[in-house]
Amino acid sequence: MLFDRLGSAPRLSDHAATDAAGPAVPDLSRRRFLLAAAAIGGGLAVGFRAAPAEAAATAAPAAAATNPFAAYLRIAPDNTVTVLSAHMDMGQGIYHGTATLVAEELGAAWEQMRAEGGWGNPKLYGNLAWGGTMQGTGGSSGTFSSFDRYRQAGAAARMMLVAAAAKAWSVPAAEIKVDKGVVSHASGRKASFGDLAAAAAAMPVPADVTLKASDAWTLIGNETLPRIDSREKSTGRQTFTIDVKLPGLLTAVMIHPPVFGAKVKSFDAAKAKAIKGVVDVVAIHRGVAVVADTMWSALKGREAVTVVWDETGAETRSTAEIMASYRELAAKPGATVAENRGDVDGAFAGAAKVIEARYEFPYLAHAALEPLNAVARRNADGTIEIWGGHQMPDLYQMIAAKVADTTPDKIVLHVMKTGGGFGRRAVFDADVVAEAVAVGRAIGWKAPVKVQWTREDDMRGGRYRPAYVHALKAGLDKDGRIVAWSNRIVGQSIMKGTAFEAMVTNGVDPTSVEGSAHLPYAMPNRRVELTTTDVGVPVLWWRAVGSTHTAYAVETFLDELAAAAGRDPVEFRLDMLQGSPRHAAVLKMAAEKAGWGAPLPAGRFRGVAVAESFGTVVAQVAELTVGKAGAIKVERVVCAVDCGTAVNPDMIRAQIEGGIGFGLGAILKSKLTLDKGRVVEGNFDGYEVLRIEDMPKVEVHILASNAKPTGVGEPGVPPIGPAVANAYAKATGKRIRALPFAQSLNT
Amino acid sequence: MQVLTINGQRRELDVDPDMPLLWAIRDVLELTGTKFGCGQALCGACTVMVDGMPARSCQTSVGDAAGKPIVTIEGVDGKVAQAVQAAWIKLDVPQCGYCQSGQIISAVGLLSQNRKPNDDEIDAAMSGNLCRCATYHRIRGAIHEAARMLEA
Repeated sequence: MLFDRLGSAPRLSDHAATDAAGPAVPDLSRRRFLLAAAAIGGGLAVGFRAAPAEAAATAAPAAAATNPFAAYLRIAPDNTVTVLSAHMDMGQGIYHGTATLVAEELGAAWEQMRAEGGWGNPKLYGNLAWGGTMQGTGGSSGTFSSFDRYRQAGAAARMMLVAAAAKAWSVPAAEIKVDKGVVSHASGRKASFGDLAAAAAAMPVPADVTLKASDAWTLIGNETLPRIDSREKSTGRQTFTIDVKLPGLLTAVMIHPPVFGAKVKSFDAAKAKAIKGVVDVVAIHRGVAVVADTMWSALKGREAVTVVWDETGAETRSTAEIMASYRELAAKPGATVAENRGDVDGAFAGAAKVIEARYEFPYLAHAALEPLNAVARRNADGTIEIWGGHQMPDLYQMIAAKVADTTPDKIVLHVMKTGGGFGRRAVFDADVVAEAVAVGRAIGWKAPVKVQWTREDDMRGGRYRPAYVHALKAGLDKDGRIVAWSNRIVGQSIMKGTAFEAMVTNGVDPTSVEGSAHLPYAMPNRRVELTTTDVGVPVLWWRAVGSTHTAYAVETFLDELAAAAGRDPVEFRLDMLQGSPRHAAVLKMAAEKAGWGAPLPAGRFRGVAVAESFGTVVAQVAELTVGKAGAIKVERVVCAVDCGTAVNPDMIRAQIEGGIGFGLGAILKSKLTLDKGRVVEGNFDGYEVLRIEDMPKVEVHILASNAKPTGVGEPGVPPIGPAVANAYAKATGKRIRALPFAQSLNT
Repeated sequence: MQVLTINGQRRELDVDPDMPLLWAIRDVLELTGTKFGCGQALCGACTVMVDGMPARSCQTSVGDAAGKPIVTIEGVDGKVAQAVQAAWIKLDVPQCGYCQSGQIISAVGLLSQNRKPNDDEIDAAMSGNLCRCATYHRIRGAIHEAARMLEA
């Protein structure tokens, strides 16, 4: 098969460190992609092949393509164009974005576009924001990584369709037009993509492609392009992992350790096995699984199992105790230094006024609405298929292979859309995916099995936004300018001890300090210190990662300093942003659109914040009222975004609206607490999140830009907390320094 | 044997009467548009119509639902439902989409009782339906849009 050209191509030679969030990202995206094509299923598939120079690099066996049938796009005889997205879709809309990029250059009609998840080919789908050697979705990098790659694939496919038409019609290729899915010639000849796909697959693959100039775009930047999956998602037809149907499919629920780090000592399943519908009860590496015909039988079976746990070495502290230790650590110099500029101590000594504040941030659960799950099946040929939200697919293939005692090439992934994610499905140990494989193996692969967590399993299953304490201190001169700045951060590392360990430099995990170190503000003397703690609670990236706490601490503290200096918070910031034009521009835009400075109705107050995360800069102005009983109502949020080229303006608005709601719920209500190591909150009664009555009106303004696109999935989150807290301080004079608000207001 | 009337069809199920309607719908009848989110009637993802009113199927037993007309997202129809779904698509409300079956059933319930709800009435009727993507802003907009469509 022609497609073998793709499957056997060696991987890229870019050996840049896997780089999830750091600033020194090599810009591989400008590389010219060499494309390969194949006839597949009677149609055309276009993918990538390595350049000759890169072919010299030797491929690590684990990184070899294990899914040789994948590509960037396929054109089928039925005239559908299916884009295989390098990134999974958890609601952020990357399938829509990737389809937009392909359709733009291909000249497709929007209605013929489809999208699904690609996997198993690091060289094809490697995340270019992470160095290009590993597949994965995260760090709001999908559009950045896909922008050139998918446009080039679309352009190459168009050229091959044109070449096929030119040959069939015996006319020069230059005379052929492609528009809205129709290939045509002035002679009156016309063909669809589906008609030409098979012949196009036999055409030479273009060695180089020229992309459209931005002023010729009709889909990129189009305000009215309907979202590719709105219909499925408004009719109940969109399927998720929980909906996978297979003949004989069994459902398993897990019994996880009651404290993090405990292990199964023994279990008694005699009573459970007597319950109708229960098929088996098995111990695996992560606990005990109850396997049954339906979820209900599995849940009833679980009630009847007793497990004895070995809690040796488990984390048994309470959050109160952990936070108390963090406060003590924050009072001392940090164990490591993330940034140190100028003469901080000298500047403090000479300051006219010194202000200090300590901030506390709780553990947070992702609490995506689809509780974690995965489905595994072994086929007669020894391949194992796994359906799931595969956010780091090549890593999951390796882990699944180990668990199943096979090789990664035997692992076939089905990348499902997920009911939310917020970072929770990008896990170093492939948690629920590994569980599904382990349970399948433990029952002798006698049937396909779905491991389905309940809400309580999901809430208590670990992998939280780490808890942090920040100690901030600033010195002002007699004119109210910041002359010294110190920020001490105490909390767990997300990357330490994981596949991302290489990112931890000099003991500093960049995700612990992003948004604190290297601030855009002109401050000549500044120091950011980090003490990484050793706590047995598993932690993970949570939508916007470090900036979920750093931006809150920095931007509310700046507001306090502005007040102490008697300055307007917008002007105070703008004075320090003269060397950061993007930040200054979004701040000005948000302030102007919000009517900053104009009088508000009685009882309404404004606050502002600006934050950069993942290369996107966002400023927000929040307006709130405080009720008689002290209840906060955020009425309106005006937001300005600079995310480079706006590929899908309405998706950008949607993500920023959603980010605001996600962040607002967290700062107002959410916290995850431990009592002697046991997670207290189990469901949405204890762990509260935003409901519709707390959602403000949101206006999103996108700065015009021709720069390469950056992400929007996460950057809407960081500014909302501090913008609301600053408005609250304006309303009441009170500074909320321990989150969530609900906790601070009740104590 | 339990008998349910679901989306206009009579279905016999060999399940216990205490089985939550949610699992009967999803695992036995294989209608998967109705979602599991919390199991405690706290999130609304499992909302279906029972006897013309939105109900949390995770806390409704098969025994209690027997004999009453049940409508899921697969079977929802009529002027109000069509307007709600058209508005949802027009405003591109869904992000991940997981909660949206429940949101739509609740919105149909609201507009069936109140053809022109204001924001406060929308918030009150939809408060039980969580959306972790926080599409609330567009949900409000889509309910107003559906109300306009129904008026026209």
